[in-house]
Amino acid sequence: MVNTLYTIAAMIGLAALLLAFVRMIIGPGAANRVVALDVMTIVSISLIVFLSAHFGRGIYLDIALVYSLIAFVGVVAMARYLERGL
Amino acid sequence: MKKVKHAILSFLGLMLIWVMLTPRDMQEIVAGLIVSALVVLLTLGMEPVLGDVRLTPKSLWYGVLYVLVFLRELLVSNLDVARRVIDPKLPIKPGIVKVRTKLQSRIGRTLLANSITLTPGTLTAEIRGDYLYIHWIEIRHEDLEGATRDIVQKFEKYLEVIFG
Amino acid sequence: MELAGAIVTLLGSLFLFLGALGLFRMPDIYNRMQAGTKATTMGTLLFIAGLAMGFHETIGASKVIIIILFVIFTNPLSSHALARAAHKAGIPLAKETVKDDLAADEENEEGAMKGTQEGEEL
Repeated sequence: MVNTLYTIAAMIGLAALLLAFVRMIIGPGAANRVVALDVMTIVSISLIVFLSAHFGRGIYLDIALVYSLIAFVGVVAMARYLERGL
Repeated sequence: MKKVKHAILSFLGLMLIWVMLTPRDMQEIVAGLIVSALVVLLTLGMEPVLGDVRLTPKSLWYGVLYVLVFLRELLVSNLDVARRVIDPKLPIKPGIVKVRTKLQSRIGRTLLANSITLTPGTLTAEIRGDYLYIHWIEIRHEDLEGATRDIVQKFEKYLEVIFG
Repeated sequence: MELAGAIVTLLGSLFLFLGALGLFRMPDIYNRMQAGTKATTMGTLLFIAGLAMGFHETIGASKVIIIILFVIFTNPLSSHALARAAHKAGIPLAKETVKDDLAADEENEEGAMKGTQEGEEL
């Protein structure tokens, strides 16, 4: 029962990821794609934590942590690039 | 003085994060002490942003209140976004308005901008001097005073006490 | 406790989905960011907190707290950087837009700068 609920939640999260991906494909323009990428990283951090719980491996949490850091730096770098070039 | 305060506060913050991330034994704590001290030493030349934090009982109490207000606004803003997104007519009336802030410290302004982004219908787009430019999903006031009252002041009164 | 965690996670996933839906439906980049930032921050917060409630032997609470703090601090910052970049790059606002103080001020500044330059030339 509880596990089913968790699985449903993960599937809704996957649907969100897919929707953001559609936005990333249709754009229009680089800025919109970066926004979609930003949303996708946040959703995938949640999903990584879910996988950590699902497989019972606490070490995956570190991946989520480091990914959130790197994704933030990456998005800010892309914003800088859009603003005036690197 | 500001630099000393910044160094102490950032050392404590780094140490807290270290202890939360690692298993609690003696070796790890010693390593954490060394790494935190190194990071603080290496960043001494940077601007002491945490030096503006006031450490009086009143400001700590206002810090707690600020977190509570922030969480309430976060919840409200999410329900607001959910309502707008689900509505088939997509009820928006967006625009960019200008507001003024009284905060002087940089960390205070950063927190203000962050809080504004996470509150109902507003997103900080640019900061210039004392003015913040905010994308508002449903404009209720077009003038500077009205927008400032509506968007900024609920956080400013707490941040003012905490950071000055 | 586990059931409560599952419900919180489910709620969080709904917010994540609404954020993505907003990203999909909104007419211009700024409105997309609004939906994308707010709903996903809250969604992630609830999603991870719910998982930590249900699987506390795998997922340590302290790490979850750090991840949540990180998301709360960095998510608005990155969308602020993006909004600024988008406006500087001149991406237009949706046709529903009522007013744009930032563009007006930028024009004023440019006008003032031109004025002084012309003055110097004279």
